[in-house]
Amino acid sequence: MTNHSIRRPGRPYTGAGLLGAVGRARHLGLVLALALLALVGLVTVPETFATTSNVVTVLALAATIGVITVGMTFVIIGGGIDLSVGAVMALASVWATTLATQSYGPMVMVICAVLVGTGAGLLSGFLISYGRMVPFIATLAMLVAARGLAERMSDRRTQLVQPGNSALVDLSSGRVLGLPPIVFVFAAVVVAGWVVLNRTTFGRRTYAVGGNPEAAKLAGIDVRRHTMLLYGLSGLCCGIAAVIIMARTTTGSSTHGDLYELDAIAAVIIGGTLLTGGRGTIGGSILGLLIFTLITNLFILNGLNTSDQLIAKGLIIVIAVLLQRRSLRSRT
Amino acid sequence: MSENVGRRGFLLGGAVVGAGTLVTACTGNEPQAAPQAAASSPAPAATGGNDVPGEKVVIGFSAPAADHGWIAAIAKNAEATAKRFGDVKFKPVQPTNDINQQISAVESLIAAKVNALVILPNDGQQLNQIARRASDAGIPVVNLDRVFPDKLSYRTWIGGDNYGMGVAAGHYIGTALKEKNVADPVIVEIQGIATLPLTQDRSKGFADALKTYGFRVTARQDAQFTVETGTSVASNLLQAHKKIDALWNHDDDQGVGVLAAINEAGRNEFVMVGGAGSANAMREIQKPDSVLKATVTYSPSMASSAVKLARLIAQGKGMSDLVENQVPQSITLASETITRENVERYLPLGFES
Repeated sequence: MTNHSIRRPGRPYTGAGLLGAVGRARHLGLVLALALLALVGLVTVPETFATTSNVVTVLALAATIGVITVGMTFVIIGGGIDLSVGAVMALASVWATTLATQSYGPMVMVICAVLVGTGAGLLSGFLISYGRMVPFIATLAMLVAARGLAERMSDRRTQLVQPGNSALVDLSSGRVLGLPPIVFVFAAVVVAGWVVLNRTTFGRRTYAVGGNPEAAKLAGIDVRRHTMLLYGLSGLCCGIAAVIIMARTTTGSSTHGDLYELDAIAAVIIGGTLLTGGRGTIGGSILGLLIFTLITNLFILNGLNTSDQLIAKGLIIVIAVLLQRRSLRSRT
Repeated sequence: MSENVGRRGFLLGGAVVGAGTLVTACTGNEPQAAPQAAASSPAPAATGGNDVPGEKVVIGFSAPAADHGWIAAIAKNAEATAKRFGDVKFKPVQPTNDINQQISAVESLIAAKVNALVILPNDGQQLNQIARRASDAGIPVVNLDRVFPDKLSYRTWIGGDNYGMGVAAGHYIGTALKEKNVADPVIVEIQGIATLPLTQDRSKGFADALKTYGFRVTARQDAQFTVETGTSVASNLLQAHKKIDALWNHDDDQGVGVLAAINEAGRNEFVMVGGAGSANAMREIQKPDSVLKATVTYSPSMASSAVKLARLIAQGKGMSDLVENQVPQSITLASETITRENVERYLPLGFES
């Protein structure tokens, strides 16, 4: 257990070693799963599946949870968990769509959403690192409280993006190079996440803190401060996701993002990140998420119902974790 | 406290009724007067002779917390209607989505000995026993929308017609497509929460009505009554069907998201019908270029009617347009179809989502 957790922090440097090979092999599995799903799509609904507009739809659908998944990957690699993501996104969307905020225009709405998300994340992080609360409990408290605050602020109404701020909605309905701008936002967040995790001190420290906090502390890392920042980062992603959901639905609402935390955590786990922390990749998480989104898409294209979708998703989580355990054992 | 004073005042008023101290001099102030009034004038004015002030009554009100525009409108309508009557003291309890809390809230209203109760239960089955206790204690219960399984638990039920909503939507779409002479049309349905009986009733009504035109639903998917689920289900459905002739979305709140997805996809080749009758949907129907052509009501105005019924029952009056001396046991509201032609009339009833 501790054996490889000490080695983990070094993983980003040793891209070519045994670990790297296993990592790549696992991604290969995810890519194969994705390809298999695409094949199912091509066989069952060839005329609707392989169209550009369907690909755009899948990417746009994946964008919201995708951005959240990037933040979640950091938190889980850092040895924590963030259950509050859906609620924080809802709160950010509501805060940004109050008439008071909307009167300042779309730019302020975006800034507001991002600040609210980051603030909520930092608060959870503060409670966890300096208040010594268990992440599960602190973020559960944030989930409940943020949802409640969102309901109170919106008076439980659905708040529409006002016509004067339709520039925000253009993020979803507009097209840049044939794609809605939110897809580029999604891509930018993924790339930024990858760079931070793999090419910066912050990323290396994240692996260290998650793998073995004691060792990280001895190595001179301010574990508490770093943990707090990880939740702040997750909150930041929720804020960006709030902007995307506002653009897509033209609304802010306290009902947004219900159970997103579960989808995000599932995507991260399918992607090969260990719930115990210290190991994982952004790419895996995104592949995991795309698999989920593609399943939903395929089921609706084939006219199948939601219940079967849920069964399929459950099976995939189980299979992914079983495979993960096998590959772990093979390494030790 | 104050309602105790009110009741004492009423008793006092009954005792000294001969003194004629009451300026309004309304016969309805005496409990025995109600049958007399009904007997002497079986057909009061259309404005509702029942609206003249009667004996003072306290009406308790309990409903789920508003997580949805429709429920918010229910509470607002009930309160607004109660305020219009000088003889009604409205006693709402803290709205909640927790069954336990709603049970204790209703218990507190029973303990306060209100004259009538209006209850929209979170779940009819689970709240049944407490409504039964209220009825057993002699407090008439007006059951709003979600029905209690036990008829001993309530005096009167008033609610919407989910099956009828589906029928209304089916007829609108059926007629529209027949006019266009569309053969074998692609008809898409976006449900709310699929496991709810109300959703299943709506879908059945829709399918049954379409069948009379020889049409059937091509594809059906469920969302969760929320904007966000409306968007994601609709955007996938639009990919699944490159050409749609008609779309029925069960709920106008969720419809905001469905419309966002339709606009994003730039589709407008079909007729869309909504459900419930939100103010937002009505404003959309007013726009000539909107795909949303109609919505079928399941109007929260029923809460206003429920409070009026509770008042009549507590005062021992009947409904002025009916011959009977007492309020009926059950009232099912018709689902009405709102289109561009009649939307003006419905706008005041529309609720903000």
